[in-house]
Parts: sequence; structure tokens; C-alpha cells
Amino acid sequence: MTRVGVIVFPGSNCEYDALCAMEQLGAHAELIFHSATSLGDVDAVILPGGFAHGDYLRPGALARFSPVMSAVSDFAAAGGPVLGICNGFQVLTEAGLLPGALQKNRGLTFLCQSTTLIVSSTRSVLTRAAQVGQELVVPINHFSGAYTCDDATYDSLVVHDQIVLRYRDNPNGSRDDIAGVANETGNVVGLMPHPERAMATLLGSADGRVLLEGFVGLGATTR
Amino acid sequence: MNYSVIVEVTLRPGIADPEGATIERALPALGFSGVRGVRAGKLFRFDIEADDAGAALASAQSLSQRLLSNPVIEDAAVRLEN
Repeated sequence: MTRVGVIVFPGSNCEYDALCAMEQLGAHAELIFHSATSLGDVDAVILPGGFAHGDYLRPGALARFSPVMSAVSDFAAAGGPVLGICNGFQVLTEAGLLPGALQKNRGLTFLCQSTTLIVSSTRSVLTRAAQVGQELVVPINHFSGAYTCDDATYDSLVVHDQIVLRYRDNPNGSRDDIAGVANETGNVVGLMPHPERAMATLLGSADGRVLLEGFVGLGATTR
Repeated sequence: MNYSVIVEVTLRPGIADPEGATIERALPALGFSGVRGVRAGKLFRFDIEADDAGAALASAQSLSQRLLSNPVIEDAAVRLEN
């Protein structure tokens, strides 16, 4: 059984959504507090949404210095699957594990709505079970979600096929409609939308499943 | 020696600034015309203990790069107050 560690920072608030989604997919999930210096025996790591350290200074800026982030960096460098959702994505960019940055939304409005995503690449741990061009309905819930990077970084993202998800109708001013990016090796992924909240048709959409199934599946095969 | 430091963090040129743009759009409604190029940022003020001004500045610059600004999108201008 895949063991997934869900990191809890002071101010995280989506850790139980992530935990529940992992358990629905048959994985074992456990919470790991930010003060931990080791991840223990996990096959994959999720940095959940929320407001780590109150989002003071910038979203993710202080969380990056939490003790657990050294262990997360080592785990990522060793090829371990790491997924940052929403605030978790912001933490990964601040920590330098993913390129670019997340800025305040165009229009300065907090966005809480359904979005349609288009799978742009399947060479990441999150999108490996999906199809290129596949449309997925997944909610967003953020104020600082406009993906930003300089031209050199953008060119590199394109060349290395690191843009994994795009918005069909760009809600927040992200460069090139980017909703999610991976690192060069595809084992670290961040996205602003919440696939863990798109697990059941009754609650609006089950399109998050194909993403998280892929994520959990890879965890099982890499160990 | 104790040195007072001021750090101004602003978005790098070319990075969209929705906050600054919103402020700029609001000004004409208040009767302020001709204001252009509004950029919003953050200002930090703190004291730092160092042997001399150069060391204080170097230390402040380092912490501004590592924590107070995100060099991907922001510039940090550091100066000593006295």
C-alpha cells in the first residue's frame, strides 16, 4: 500500500481533504507536522492548501523555512513524488523546488469557483494517468494564484515539457494560462486548483481522481 | 554598533502589479489627475548589530534576498537610515 505523508504547517487547512482523498484511493495517509525533521517511511508527500504561517510576508515565504522542508527537499532530490496543492504550490516555488512564483490574482479578487483544466503534459507524477488534451473540472480557491516567471524560465518550462495543466478560461491572469507545473524530472508538481476536492460527482466533480490516482500509483511503483 | 536599516521591496520591472494599477485607476475619481506609473511595494524597518556600516549593509542585503523578497518577482533596495 502506498504511504502518503501530508505536511501540516501552522495555518494549513486542507490537510484532511488530502488525507481523505488519499484514503479513498486506497493509500495509507498520515499527517506530518512541520516541525518534523524526517518524513519517516513514506512513498509520496503532499503539501496541502491553506495559509501556512498566516501567509505573512508572502504565501509560502515562511513555510519554506519550516524544519520539515529540508526533508522534503532531500526526498524530492532523491526522486520522491511531491505534490503541492494551492498554498502547497506557493511553498514549493518559494522553496525553489519549482520554478516561477505565484502573484496576486489579476483583478485582485479572491477566487472560489469551478474551473476547467486542460492536461498539457503527462510526464509528471500528477498527470501520468491522464491524457494530453483531457478536460478536467476542478475547483480553485485562492487570492495569489497568478503564475509568473521570466522569459528564460518560461522558455525552459516549454522546452522541458514542464507545464502540466492549463486553465481553459484563465481566471487569475496566470502566464500562458498555467495552472500547474512540474520540475524537470516530473516528480515534483504544483498546481493552484484542488484535485482533492473533486473526488465525487455528488459534490460537483470527480475529475480530480485521475490526477491523484496517477500520483498514488507512481508512489507505489517507485519504491 | 547599532544600525537602522530600511528595505524597500518592489515588483521587478515588467512584472504585473494589479495593486498598483488599481490604486492608479482610483485616483482620478478622487480628483487627482496626471498620476502615472503607480507601483505598490513593501517597506521594512529594523535595527541590526554589526561591526561597521559595510557589514550591516551586507547582512541586511543577504536577509532581504533570502527572506524579505522573492527574487523571482521582486527587487529589494537596502539602505541605512543614519
